[in-house]
Amino acid sequence: MSRILIIAEHDGTHLNPGTAKCVTCAAGLADAQITVAVLAKDPAAVAAQAAALAGVTKVLTLANPANEHPIAAVLAPQIAAIARDFTHVLGPATTFGKDLMPRVAALLGAPQISEIMAIESATRFRRPIYAGNAIVTVDVVAGTQIAGTVRTASFSAAGTGGNATIEDVAPAVTLPTHTRFVSVSAASSDRPDLQTARRVVSGGRALGSAEGFKLMFALADKLGAAVGASRAAVDAGYAPNELQVGQTGKIIAPELYIAIGISGAIQHLTGIKDARTIVAINKDAEAPIFEVADYGLVGDLFEIVPALGTLLE
Amino acid sequence: MKRILVGIKRVVDYNVRIRLKPDGTGIVTDGVKMSINPFDEIALEEALRIRERGAAEEVVAVSIGTGDAQQQLRTALAMGADRAILVETPAAGADTQIEPLAAAAVLLKLVEREQPMLVILGKQAIDDDNSQTGQILAALWDRPQATFASKVELTGETARVTREVDAGLETLEVDLPAVLTTDLRLNEPRYVKLPDIMKAKKKPLEVVPLANLGVATARKTTVVRFEPPPQRRKGVMVKDAAELVAALHAKGLV
Repeated sequence: MSRILIIAEHDGTHLNPGTAKCVTCAAGLADAQITVAVLAKDPAAVAAQAAALAGVTKVLTLANPANEHPIAAVLAPQIAAIARDFTHVLGPATTFGKDLMPRVAALLGAPQISEIMAIESATRFRRPIYAGNAIVTVDVVAGTQIAGTVRTASFSAAGTGGNATIEDVAPAVTLPTHTRFVSVSAASSDRPDLQTARRVVSGGRALGSAEGFKLMFALADKLGAAVGASRAAVDAGYAPNELQVGQTGKIIAPELYIAIGISGAIQHLTGIKDARTIVAINKDAEAPIFEVADYGLVGDLFEIVPALGTLLE
Repeated sequence: MKRILVGIKRVVDYNVRIRLKPDGTGIVTDGVKMSINPFDEIALEEALRIRERGAAEEVVAVSIGTGDAQQQLRTALAMGADRAILVETPAAGADTQIEPLAAAAVLLKLVEREQPMLVILGKQAIDDDNSQTGQILAALWDRPQATFASKVELTGETARVTREVDAGLETLEVDLPAVLTTDLRLNEPRYVKLPDIMKAKKKPLEVVPLANLGVATARKTTVVRFEPPPQRRKGVMVKDAAELVAALHAKGLV
């Protein structure tokens, strides 16, 4: 029996879709018994969403004012305290999970498998290394508790219709006060979330300026798409950091990815390998992005993008 | 002494296109250019800037690896680290590449000896892309962690750290000592100048055999296979925006 504990990611109100993808990953084990833990100031709303995920048998809630913001040093000892009887402890490979799960793994003395893209057995996993340029199959010594982060682009979200029991737990652990939340920049966009959007319009350095980058937002709005950016565009200050797609940014798997003025460095391609359809628009016919694009269009983006906008109206 | 410990990992250079061994047992590293992990260079740069502002007195570069990693530590010394420590792993056998849990335990031994105010590590190494060691060290040390840092401000006994998170930018305040891991936009590392390379040869580089530290290094994981990623097929070229929209429309994508 694989007893799997998944740490829910949420904003206090909504369960992040990464959690439902962890459930799909865990359900890949035929004998999986899946529990979701919700650590929050007031976990009720998020716990109800987790309990509705198909495949989840139990939701554990850890209510604590200290859990209002996801501070790894505060969450990890609580998770470690409830994780002893589980064979696997998983979280999404988002900045939340990447920050938190190794700290949990350390407290459990468990090895962590990062960016799990497939579970082949309770002790065998596949994951990318070298920015996705190689895939390794990793075996863990049998009988070892395993921590892991789940590469969300590799799994679809579990559906709803579940009816898990919800249980409040209050592990007796002293929480540190050495780490304090100050602020987070508010997400002020009405656009779809980049990590879960079905369509993404992404811009690169060729946009030339923050002003030029606005073309991406205009096109995205016509498509109901999220906006992404290459590292070059973010480094140049054309787009904010949270839009970065690639090895060190977000790894996404939309149905449609439109790369505009992006040459296609390996590190960027890592972030979009799982996109269903890739469209590339670039003035350089030799740009590596065309090697992976399903549809390529060579030309001046400042002419093509407005034309696309008109055609899509 | 106010000291900063910086982790330096020797990895295949960022610009090298890696190749798999034909038998699937690993990555070809013979004759391949090796460098400091780019995130570790950023970590070192940040430590040097903190020292140059007068908020720290000494920067110690530490690496865990085979004797070859001395090259990367010499580069770190040339960039401006005051001294370096290599925890040397055997050139062959299971302990050549230790796991993050063991690496963090090794770093903890050095932390106990050096008593730093800060440990700065890269947020991930670009070879195994694990992104674990800093967080594990912080847990074992029972100190704060501020990962994926894009801005660090020190004020006496605390650090205010801006972190790149999925939602945007998050700011944490942490008591020192603490562990930081660096994101890309924290700074732009300086270039090494030739006179600095000469000077670096005279700086102290201590080699400590891994076995002397008494850290459990037995592996709990084994890579059983290396494979190339599935390749996407090259698609078709369209001649203009109208043809593109028609193609996407035909596939039900717009």
